[in-house]
Amino acid sequence: MIIDGKCPTGPLAERWDKYRREMKLVNPANKRKYKIIVVGTGLAGASAAASLGEMGYQVDSFCYQDSPRRAHSIAAQGGINAAKNYQNDGDSVYRLFYDTIKGGDFRSRESNVYRLAQISNSIIDQCVAQGVPFARDYAGYLDNRSFGGAQVSRTFYARGQTGQQLLLGAYSALSRQIKAGTVRLHTRSEMLDLVVVDGEAKGITVRDLVTGEISSYAADAVCLCTGGYVNVYYLSTNAQGCSVTATFRAYKKGAYFANPCYTQIHPTCIPVTGEHQSKLTLMSESLRNDGRVWVPLRKGDRRPPNEIVEGERDYYLERKYPSFGNLAPRDISSRAAKEVCDERRGVGPTGFGVYLDFKDAIDRLGEDTVRQRYGNLFEMYERITDENGYKQPMRIYPALHYAMGGLWVDYNLESNLKGLFVLGEANFSDHGANRLGASALMQGLADGYFVIPYTIGNYLAQIKPGAVTSDHVAFAESRENVNVVTKKLLGINGRKTPKEFHRQLGKIMWENVGMARSEASLKRALELIPVLRDEFWQNVRVVGNGSELNQELERAGRVADFLEFAELLTRDALHRNESCGGHFRVEHQMSDGEARRDDDNYSYVAAWGYQGAETVPELHKEPLVFENVHLGIRSYK
Amino acid sequence: MNLNLFVWRQKGPNEPGKLEEIKAIDVSPDMSFLEMLDEVNERLVHQGKDPIAFDHDCREGICGTCSQVINGVPHGPQEKTTTCQLHMRKFKDGDSIYIEPWRAKAFPLVKDLIVDRSALDRIIQAGGYTSAHTGGAPDGNAILIPKPCADRAMDAAECIGCGACVAACPNGSAMLFTAAKVSQLAYLPQGKPEAARRACVMTDAMVQEGFGNCSNHYECEAACPKGIKVSFIAKLNREVLKARCESI
Ligand SMILES: Cc1cc2nc3c(=O)[nH]c(=O)nc-3n(C[C@H](O)[C@H](O)[C@H](O)COP(=O)(O)OP(=O)(O)OC[C@H]3O[C@@H](n4cnc5c(N)ncnc54)[C@H](O)[C@@H]3O)c2cc1C
Ligand code: FES
Repeated sequence: MIIDGKCPTGPLAERWDKYRREMKLVNPANKRKYKIIVVGTGLAGASAAASLGEMGYQVDSFCYQDSPRRAHSIAAQGGINAAKNYQNDGDSVYRLFYDTIKGGDFRSRESNVYRLAQISNSIIDQCVAQGVPFARDYAGYLDNRSFGGAQVSRTFYARGQTGQQLLLGAYSALSRQIKAGTVRLHTRSEMLDLVVVDGEAKGITVRDLVTGEISSYAADAVCLCTGGYVNVYYLSTNAQGCSVTATFRAYKKGAYFANPCYTQIHPTCIPVTGEHQSKLTLMSESLRNDGRVWVPLRKGDRRPPNEIVEGERDYYLERKYPSFGNLAPRDISSRAAKEVCDERRGVGPTGFGVYLDFKDAIDRLGEDTVRQRYGNLFEMYERITDENGYKQPMRIYPALHYAMGGLWVDYNLESNLKGLFVLGEANFSDHGANRLGASALMQGLADGYFVIPYTIGNYLAQIKPGAVTSDHVAFAESRENVNVVTKKLLGINGRKTPKEFHRQLGKIMWENVGMARSEASLKRALELIPVLRDEFWQNVRVVGNGSELNQELERAGRVADFLEFAELLTRDALHRNESCGGHFRVEHQMSDGEARRDDDNYSYVAAWGYQGAETVPELHKEPLVFENVHLGIRSYK
Repeated sequence: MNLNLFVWRQKGPNEPGKLEEIKAIDVSPDMSFLEMLDEVNERLVHQGKDPIAFDHDCREGICGTCSQVINGVPHGPQEKTTTCQLHMRKFKDGDSIYIEPWRAKAFPLVKDLIVDRSALDRIIQAGGYTSAHTGGAPDGNAILIPKPCADRAMDAAECIGCGACVAACPNGSAMLFTAAKVSQLAYLPQGKPEAARRACVMTDAMVQEGFGNCSNHYECEAACPKGIKVSFIAKLNREVLKARCESI
């Protein structure tokens, strides 16, 4: 089926204004009659809940952590983009729009991305007003740094903790509304089901993670702001609790899942040390400005780095991409690292690592300058690896990092299920097949502060408040469904832990659906995943019971969803018979290893509709129309 | 290496708790402290026993979720390092390690090593914000902020809200936490209009939640994984005093 993104028409730059001119409004006195559920308190969720509460709606806000401030947005390091052009270096709304579209390898919607670029400037203003301590120069003006994929300096930052500071800003705005009574906060609550009545989202079912109680909440609209799903690969830069559960359960209730195969791998993470590894730590990409990436020329060369002389080293990025060198884009650098390791030229105890060497930079600039630029990263590296990056090269390896795919939404951020809105990393909308650095924070806050307050009003103005309440039979059914799954998980009493299944699934995904995907590897994954899933449902061991704080049960539920979702992701990757951005099919590459897109056949959003457990999902297509940019080859040479 | 863990086990807030001896075997020095506990838990599950409940999420030292008192010290022996960033190479074969939850009147125990820290959220709700509503903000450069102010505000803003300061304080005080937020906003022009009220309502909320007062032990600064300075407490006291004087 062809689906419609409902984008306004007319000149690109005027579409959002036109939308706002024509949209329907809810009368201020009527706002408090409407209830809105916001799941998630990351940048997207906290900013949405705070803004909607402020407008006068009754908001219920949920997160699985013990405090809204702990959502994984807190971990973002680098910065947030905006088209302020404070540096007078030629930036503009159009340029930010164009960079984002191009960075996404021409797989996103023009209208959405243009709106994002337009809104970007207001985000910075809003955050400054909240007291976000962005870096300033000596004159007191906001400072900027440059980031990958752009030739202008448009990234705003707060030391290496930009995500933390932006989230604390949104969290404080949320806290103000909690105090004011417009937002009710539910922490340690995990959404386990979406309640749909007559095709419209009308509530959610949650488990209280402390008491185990299953309860439902009714509302006039539901916003999912539940983050990304790359923990389906087990090891990633995401937090332990990040999962696909909320969005996947909405998918099972009829919401389309779009482009699940678009996942991003970050090239500079600290390598895995062993089976015990539980997460991967990202080290800011900025290190590649001064570090040189290399591996030994000879296969299986296990000598320590200082014994390998210049002529025996392969600076493979500089060799393959002479003009971009060590600053080649994320996906290209990641794949190149995998290639050399697969050739058995990788370094470190596991052989899955490459050197990032600062010796030349230290010789050129002095250790002090390097310390000033990257001191905190060197410290973090040492804390984790016990190695001193000034004395010996660091070891890095790519890791799963970000999900461009997510629930399908139209220009209103509304799913195909009416009344269901999806914000932040949980939706698919703005980054196409690859996200540029510092753009996720921008999108999360754009969605929450400046898009949803308008678009949800347009929806609510057309429905009667409180039409469905939680005594509707759909809520009891939803709770019953959740209870059945919980009972089932607790009753299997098998021999493997949820974590063991998760780790095994991660291996399948990393090896077959990772950086380099082929028809054969994807088909292999499609055979292996269902086998593992069947084994899970016969052999998982979940100790304890459902009516207490039970972290094993929490994990089991999330792993169960990953085991289904992995198949959807793989199916999407197999169907997309082209390479684009983070989705790299080895069959489709240029002679230099760049992704080869197939615009004639794949210039569309793939939105999958659930058809039942045993049936292949249905593919819906939203054609991507480019009226303002020319579909070029994404070259960074 | 092999270790003897003594872990606080308590089924719920109203149940009795005790230290339970649990062996951790084949621990690799490259493991993080929480990965060591993961492996211990996997063994417990295989034995059909209840795994140790503990809070954690980002595992990179920024979300403030992890919260364990290790050998009597909140977040353990390594300076400026959260529990999740602590690695097992800091211990040696045969060590006994005592693992306990944050203990403070205002942090009721939930289970094993998990406590309820929502009191910290309520301190922020009392006034830890500027009342800037969405959409009304002037240009980010309309008000210049001297770099030293921005830097000092950032020093205070680094707080991750873990509550180690409370757990370390003999009075169970949340002064360092409260001071960090009050100071951050007091240093910035955007926070100035509400500074006086903020300092008062946040300290009042702190007292109401059952946190103690500060009597200058400096344990909080020593335990803080982000190295937040006690000088912010002085700043808080000054802000409160100024506010109370002005309102007379
Ligand atoms: C290490 C790291 C560094 C990064 N650095 C940058 C950067 O420099 N610049 C940039 O732009 N982007 C960066 N990103 C990406 C960016 O941080 C994220 O994409 C973004 O913060 C996601 O925000 P969000 O609000 O969508 O989701 P999140 O912040 O992940 O929040 C998800 C929320 O949903 C809740 N939730 C999830 N599932 C459920 C459920 N079932 N029930 C109840 N609640 C649930 C959680 O409790 C949480 O509150 C980085 C990401 C990582 C991991
Ligand atoms: S788990 Fe996030 S700070 Fe330790």
